[in-house]
Amino acid sequence: MLSPAFLSKLRSVLPAHCVLNEREDLVPFESDGLAAYRNVPDVVALPENEAQVAAVLQLCHENRVAVVARGAGTGLAAGALPVDGAVLLVLAKLNRVKAIDPLARTAVVEPGVRNLAISEAVAPHGLYYAPDPSSQIACSIGGNVAENSGGVHCLKYGLTVHNIMKLRALTIAGDVLEIGSDALDAPGYDLLALLTGSEGMLAVITEVTVKLLPRPERAQVVLAAFDDVAKAGAAVGNIIAAGVIPAGLEMMDRLAIRAAEAFVHAGYPLDCEALLLCEVDGVNEEVSADIYTVRQVLEASGATEIRTADSEEQRLKFWAGRKAAFPAVGRLAPDYYCMDGTIPRAQLPHVLKRISEMSDEFGLRVANVFHAGDGNLHPLILFDANQAGELQKAEDFGGRILELCVEAGGTITGEHGVGLEKIRQMCAQFAPPELTRFHEVKAAFDPDTLLNPGKAVPELHRCAEWGAMHVHAGRLPHPELPRF
Amino acid sequence: MLDVFIERIRAAHAESTPLILQGGGSKAFYGNTDEGEILSTRTLTGVVDYQPKELVLTARAGTPLTEIEALLAEQNQMLAFEPPHFGGAATLGGSIAAGLSGPRRPHAGAARDFVLGVRIIDGTGQPLRFGGQVIKNVAGYDVSRLMVGALGTLGLITEISLKVLPQPATETTLQFELDEAAAILRMNQWAGQPLPLSASSWHAGLLTVRLSGAASAVHAAQAKLGGDPLNDAAAFWQRLRDQATPFFDKRPLWRLAVKPTTPPLKLGDALWVEWGGAVRWLASERPAAALRAAAQTAGGHATLFRGDAPPDGVFTPLAPAMLTLHRALKQRFDPKGLFNRGRMHPDF
Repeated sequence: MLSPAFLSKLRSVLPAHCVLNEREDLVPFESDGLAAYRNVPDVVALPENEAQVAAVLQLCHENRVAVVARGAGTGLAAGALPVDGAVLLVLAKLNRVKAIDPLARTAVVEPGVRNLAISEAVAPHGLYYAPDPSSQIACSIGGNVAENSGGVHCLKYGLTVHNIMKLRALTIAGDVLEIGSDALDAPGYDLLALLTGSEGMLAVITEVTVKLLPRPERAQVVLAAFDDVAKAGAAVGNIIAAGVIPAGLEMMDRLAIRAAEAFVHAGYPLDCEALLLCEVDGVNEEVSADIYTVRQVLEASGATEIRTADSEEQRLKFWAGRKAAFPAVGRLAPDYYCMDGTIPRAQLPHVLKRISEMSDEFGLRVANVFHAGDGNLHPLILFDANQAGELQKAEDFGGRILELCVEAGGTITGEHGVGLEKIRQMCAQFAPPELTRFHEVKAAFDPDTLLNPGKAVPELHRCAEWGAMHVHAGRLPHPELPRF
Repeated sequence: MLDVFIERIRAAHAESTPLILQGGGSKAFYGNTDEGEILSTRTLTGVVDYQPKELVLTARAGTPLTEIEALLAEQNQMLAFEPPHFGGAATLGGSIAAGLSGPRRPHAGAARDFVLGVRIIDGTGQPLRFGGQVIKNVAGYDVSRLMVGALGTLGLITEISLKVLPQPATETTLQFELDEAAAILRMNQWAGQPLPLSASSWHAGLLTVRLSGAASAVHAAQAKLGGDPLNDAAAFWQRLRDQATPFFDKRPLWRLAVKPTTPPLKLGDALWVEWGGAVRWLASERPAAALRAAAQTAGGHATLFRGDAPPDGVFTPLAPAMLTLHRALKQRFDPKGLFNRGRMHPDF
């Protein structure tokens, strides 16, 4: 618990309406997008500008009080879960688009600006911000930087780390860091990369300069059905081997296809084992050439049916099923648990076979949706939390899937982050010397371990204990929000 | 194979012997002067894994760039960041440690954008592995990219996994007679439109741009932009990438990295503009402080790329809070300051 003396100091550095510590005001902040992890914060600070953020950090630093930074709270790994005795520092009020430079193709924004709001603000200039996490209507750019968020278009356009130029950030001591530059590089170590994806553990971001791209002239999508998941997986590799880098390349398995079709009637073929959606974008002629190549490759790869969307309306319809896959699967069972592993694409048939075997073993169904282009797998484990033991089984199954991803040469998280949710699997992915180095990197920024303590990197002794330890995990709140 | 390097670094750590990490030595001119015994990666060669369909290549640090590029070319793939060879036996490890990229950088991304994972040996002789061989990976801090451009000061890179890309089907290069201001404006205007641009350069009154992609797309863009097609364009871009034209023999040669829309800096006529306006190569005897001030005003930084270093080093000095962090990180990866001492910063 925080002392009354500390709370009174906090009130002295922020306007009265920027400090919440009545229980009914605090409860909405008890979790992020992974609502099975809940912890009502002791106090919420809602600063309105960088100077106030600095004042809160300095105060916390002086008093050795921990700080958990939070953006829009849409994260899926409990990275913004409140910590006992800490200040929850909510950056949502820093939400101004400070500058747009259409000629230089950059925008300077505060961390609380929503991802989609950036693209909306720069749309009149024919520009957009490329990373598009599925929560983009709600998630904030500061949170995107903290998680190195991805989206459907990563293979071609990269993650957050590839699309930002410069950060202003504050250390726990309240010192301003200017990282990156308005040029394409900066002297010294690449701290821009180090901070991106650091899950609020190294510094608090107060300003982001993002890179903008010209809107593609045209986007077109091809749908292909396969009677075998392995053939669909091979087709993905064949498209890439033919020299095409699709803007989006998505796969769904039988259960996901059927659920999506029943939910949104996208017109998907139902007599197939796997469906691929391959979107290409760019200049008009490039798209025509790529569509031709993609169709040829799909045919040669044994697709049982190939359709090209020939209107924008049809393109959106093809995508509607994929984008509704999570809520659609959510109708099949009372609860589902979304995983986020990445594997080398060639391992897909093997990994899907193992998941299917484990599904029988655990007695829980799994629907697979897959950012096939970049190997990012989202198995959705179906369960019923009201049945005794099912949540536990779903968690254990999920953990096994992530470990399978590591065994297959991949990683436990492609785009959601580690947070608290996957901290146990970090022990499977990294050896003690690397985990130790992560702690040392943190110590270089935050020697007293005050920023988001206990997240993302496990203590070594916990790795040893966790063989038998139960980490509470769970389901997605707000199933109506698109998550894909 | 690694044991030899681990042993050598452990011994150096025990005896506090500084080491100069070296690949092909093609970029020995870059950075400040360092001191110590040379530890060469030239024996640490070989492509460990290459999966064209995964777009991922893993190779040991001492593998020559030419070998990697030849292997990729067999599959019509490439290192899209176009690392410079500088006429020497550049290695993959040296290219990543230096973090330098070529003409395609503003359009395809920099060396750091393509690094997926590294294996390193730190300054105590501890081997470490970060990142991996997949394109999307957010587990743990991004130490792999931290190594890019660190000039070996945080560890000996022993193995690197990279994302590779398909070669474009067609490339065409166009030239336009324009003054500097008009060329910089044009580069930026075009970069904001959906055009298949892949490189740009301005020197001595001539703007040169490269278009890459499907033949139909390149031809359509050419029709839109006009200009004169350049014959033997591949050689032009290769020479620019490797700084193999007489312009780059001038000393001192400064690299001013600036916001790409920065108007002409009017710091002298010995000038070559690259990267859509974001890099201005300048041969100038002007004081370092003046050039740094100009670059910083333009949102960037100035590096003495070739020539005798000014007293405060070739790189733009870091702000105090940033310097503190650099020291702290260096301390964690190389506590005795053995690797490439002084190469990046006079203090470490």
